[in-house]
Amino acid sequence: MHNITPYSSPTYFIYLILLLLPIMIGLYNGKRFRVYETIATVIILITAFFGGNMSQGISLICYILLEMVLVLSYLRYRTKENSKNSFWIFFWAVILAIIPLVFVKLDPLINNATISLFAFMGISYLTFKSVEMIMEIRDGAIKEVKPWEFIRFLLFFPTITSGPIDRFRRFQKDVLKVPSREDYLKLLKSGTNRLMLGFLYKFIIGYVFGTLLLPKVQILAMSYRGQAPLDLSWWVLAYMYVYSMYLFFDFAGYSLFAVGISNFLGVKTPMNFNRPFQSHNIKDFWNRWHMTLSFWFRDFIYMRLMFFMMKKKLIKSRITMANIGYLALFLIMGFWHGETWFYIVYGLFHAGAMITNDAWLRFKKKHRKAIPHNKLTEGFAIFLTFNIVCFSFLIFSGFLNTLWFN
Amino acid sequence: MDVKVKEGIIEILKDVTGLDDVGTNADEDLFADGILDSMATVEVLVALQDKFDIQVPVSEFDRSQWSTVNKIADRVGELEE
Repeated sequence: MHNITPYSSPTYFIYLILLLLPIMIGLYNGKRFRVYETIATVIILITAFFGGNMSQGISLICYILLEMVLVLSYLRYRTKENSKNSFWIFFWAVILAIIPLVFVKLDPLINNATISLFAFMGISYLTFKSVEMIMEIRDGAIKEVKPWEFIRFLLFFPTITSGPIDRFRRFQKDVLKVPSREDYLKLLKSGTNRLMLGFLYKFIIGYVFGTLLLPKVQILAMSYRGQAPLDLSWWVLAYMYVYSMYLFFDFAGYSLFAVGISNFLGVKTPMNFNRPFQSHNIKDFWNRWHMTLSFWFRDFIYMRLMFFMMKKKLIKSRITMANIGYLALFLIMGFWHGETWFYIVYGLFHAGAMITNDAWLRFKKKHRKAIPHNKLTEGFAIFLTFNIVCFSFLIFSGFLNTLWFN
Repeated sequence: MDVKVKEGIIEILKDVTGLDDVGTNADEDLFADGILDSMATVEVLVALQDKFDIQVPVSEFDRSQWSTVNKIADRVGELEE
């Protein structure tokens, strides 16, 4: 036995749907079988985390308990009468919540030793959810959380390993009610469509790009080393496009599965992608690519940092302030991806792209009459954005590291 | 609805975006049309707090609930109570 990654093979879906069938029949008839939902969750978590050696599963349990104690204690502090809402208590709550994740991310830097207390698949996504709760508890937006609700939110199995990242209050709205038969039929229909599209994306298109083409292009690009400046032969360009297609179809396919299965359970998990390759500029792109992650960074890092800087009047120029915000956001995103030069450069590259894009938008606003706007310029904008994004994915892929330093 | 509140909101939006025609249509989607971005939103929130003496925690800010002049006026009305 070994751990089974959710949605990794078509057969997984047969067993999954069979397991979920009683829940679906219940919802169709206006009932939520809470006990059975719990049993199904436990079965899926066991196959995902306790299949091989037990370390992942044990880590998961310890992690959940730690975060639960933390979030509920902070909630208790904030709902106490005359709670002082001290910044430092909030600050330390967030630090403690992210420490397990920070250790997991730092681990690869250390040789032959481990500082990770809890390492398991999907720790990032659970950490995003916990931090969201702490932030909204601070704002007084979340006023009540039962231990059971916390666990159900974090361990919602359709999204446990790689998102999409839902929000606590939104999630609660769905699980506390049973959809009407009409609404549930709509959810079943959208869920089925999403699964079908997901199959096409992940198991067919993603497979062609990722499994059939990518290794071949990689070998060719490596074999042309030394024949072009910086080893950048045309095959590196081919790698860039093939990898970008693979990345999108694989991840968008996975996300469609997660949203589709959520729909079967009567939960409207938010979508992760909205035609990202049709973006008109890089800002537009981040509103369409891995949306639940970028919205998380927008709402819990960028906007809060802006709010703080504006209230404290730290910096006068709003342009400088926005740019500092972009640098902070994308650097944090880079470090979150992993502690390698190419993830950090990927973050800096996107921060640079956002700053340039903002400058261009300001210029455009000033000279609105002098700059033509038609189908051709729009097409060019989409083409340019697509190529900038693909180039950033080439950095992200780490292939340049293999090409230059291995 | 309070006309003064709406006028105040339009005033703030004009200030923040530098566009004179903002708010001509009180149902125009300010995010879809690229009039507001995250940075501009924060500026608007801070200005609303000062002008109407209300507290808008960032958590309560949901784009779909704050996307038009009319909707912003509704939210300000709720928070003033």
